[in-house]
Amino acid sequence: MASKVIHAFYDDDDVLMLAVKRVRAAKFHIEEVFCPFPVHGLDKAMGLAPTRLAITAFLYGCVGITVATLMMNYIMIEDWPQDIGGKPSFSYLENMPAFVPIMFELTVFFAAHLMVITFYLRSRLWPFKEAENPDVRTTDDHFLMEIEIHDNEQELRDLLIDTGAVEINVSEKNSH
Amino acid sequence: MYTFSNRLKIASIVLMIVGLLGIIGGFVMAPGTIAEAKEMVASHDGGHGDAHAAEAEHATKENNHAVAEAHGEEHDSSHDQHLLDQLKNRPWAALYVAAFFFFMISLGVLAFYAIQRAAQAGWSPLLFRVMEGITAYLVPGGIIVFVILLLSVLHMNHLFIWMDETVVAHDALLQGKAGYLNPTFFLIRAAIFLAGWIGYREYSRKLSIAQDASDDDSNFKLNFRVSAGFLVFYLISESIMSWDWIMSVEPHWFSTLFGWYIFASMFVSGITVIAMVTIYLKSKGHLPDVNNSHIHDLAKFMFGISIFWTYLWFSQFMLIWYSNIPEEVTYYVTRIADYRLPFFGMVAMNFLFPVLLLMNSDYKRINWFVILTGIVILAGHYMDIFNAIMPSTVGENWFIGIPEIGAVLFFAGLFIFWIFRAISTQPLQPKRNPFIEESRHFHY
Repeated sequence: MASKVIHAFYDDDDVLMLAVKRVRAAKFHIEEVFCPFPVHGLDKAMGLAPTRLAITAFLYGCVGITVATLMMNYIMIEDWPQDIGGKPSFSYLENMPAFVPIMFELTVFFAAHLMVITFYLRSRLWPFKEAENPDVRTTDDHFLMEIEIHDNEQELRDLLIDTGAVEINVSEKNSH
Repeated sequence: MYTFSNRLKIASIVLMIVGLLGIIGGFVMAPGTIAEAKEMVASHDGGHGDAHAAEAEHATKENNHAVAEAHGEEHDSSHDQHLLDQLKNRPWAALYVAAFFFFMISLGVLAFYAIQRAAQAGWSPLLFRVMEGITAYLVPGGIIVFVILLLSVLHMNHLFIWMDETVVAHDALLQGKAGYLNPTFFLIRAAIFLAGWIGYREYSRKLSIAQDASDDDSNFKLNFRVSAGFLVFYLISESIMSWDWIMSVEPHWFSTLFGWYIFASMFVSGITVIAMVTIYLKSKGHLPDVNNSHIHDLAKFMFGISIFWTYLWFSQFMLIWYSNIPEEVTYYVTRIADYRLPFFGMVAMNFLFPVLLLMNSDYKRINWFVILTGIVILAGHYMDIFNAIMPSTVGENWFIGIPEIGAVLFFAGLFIFWIFRAISTQPLQPKRNPFIEESRHFHY
């Protein structure tokens, strides 16, 4: 197993995009790219699969509206169908307009919060997590491309220098 | 440059002829005397001929009575006269609903167009000529609506009950509103609004074409200012128009968000028609620079404004249902009693359908998906106007038959004929719009 990675630094997102495309064309596997801000189109250039977060949000919303409906049907219609100000509590449908604001809000609540939590879980983010930052400059004004080395250090160096890298480091693989 | 294809031209003319026959048929079939009216209703009930029909008939009769009482007995005449009036109203109401529906599409497009200009949107300039083509229908459509309103004022029909002096004479509420709801002022308002809308449309179109030939951006900048000014006028005039042309068929009832509600209906119908015409023209190879991101944006607007319409529909319904104040709840009582299927069916068509079909980002780029949803949205918003006009004019004697379908076909034919004729008069792509390059490379 290779335990060394090469870190190529870039100082411009356009140069980085071209470099990513060239490295991919040369059939090297890019481990990771670190950017200080979202670079439009980088995921497509790297060939990352599209996110399914929106699908989970839709499903969470369905859960939310189910919870709201079951909850209010039980409380307001089945458990204690009181006459409150003349509202018809004989069936859920008859009193539904009054429940719609809650159904709407719980749908949004479930969809939004559970999706955010899913995002945190999938991207492994939590309050006391140790930062996985290979170089502090990547949070400010540098872009970093990480590629694993398989006895081809010189070849990789030449390619990366050619793509406009401003600095190239070789380091032990950070096992996060 | 688009040339109006012969097949489309013939299709639209056929629609107009068939529709015209349906409209004439509707007027011929309308009863002239009370005896005929009673016979029509009796034969209709006989067709069903079972206990259910008799029961339903009984229920609606009771309901009818309740409604008449709620109206404060403005009719001194008997139920029979009331029935005759409603049946005589049917071809008129069918004509008015269809005429207004197609007029409101082009007015919605005009509002969208003015917003795109005032917001200096970068994605839409490629579609400006399509929008300008659709708003060309404002002239014939506006004139037809105005003529129907004029005929109402001249007592050719009973669409607007407040125009009948004998009714007003016995109705304190209508007397109280006579300062606003009187025929002369009504027609003056309609004329001012139509002049403002048509005037802006023609002027903006002129500037838009002049911009193509000029060597600076002065026309574009002037158009920007004119559009921003128009939006102020539009917001006020559209609101008042909705009180005049729609809410006043039920002159005892009022709602404060009605103007917004009608606006949402016309806005989403207009955007839907822009998307459908754009997809049609692109499929014929006339809009080479329009890509699926433009369609995606239009579909996103269809989706969003459908939800906005539902929000307003529900806000209006829920506030009135919740408080249940007799003088305003009758509006929904009659609709739910006599129009259950169209009333709740339109919520499914205008909300559930677009929400489920256009939620997915990929589906918004698929032409047939957008067209399919568009057809349902347009049918749903026809039902919306139908539900606004019919219960107050024909009551429980409604049916979607020859007069209604005929009127829709006629105006659909006229609409298609007029807008494609207007689109064929100018190149489909603006040349010197400052945002045209951005629009050509628009990508989402």
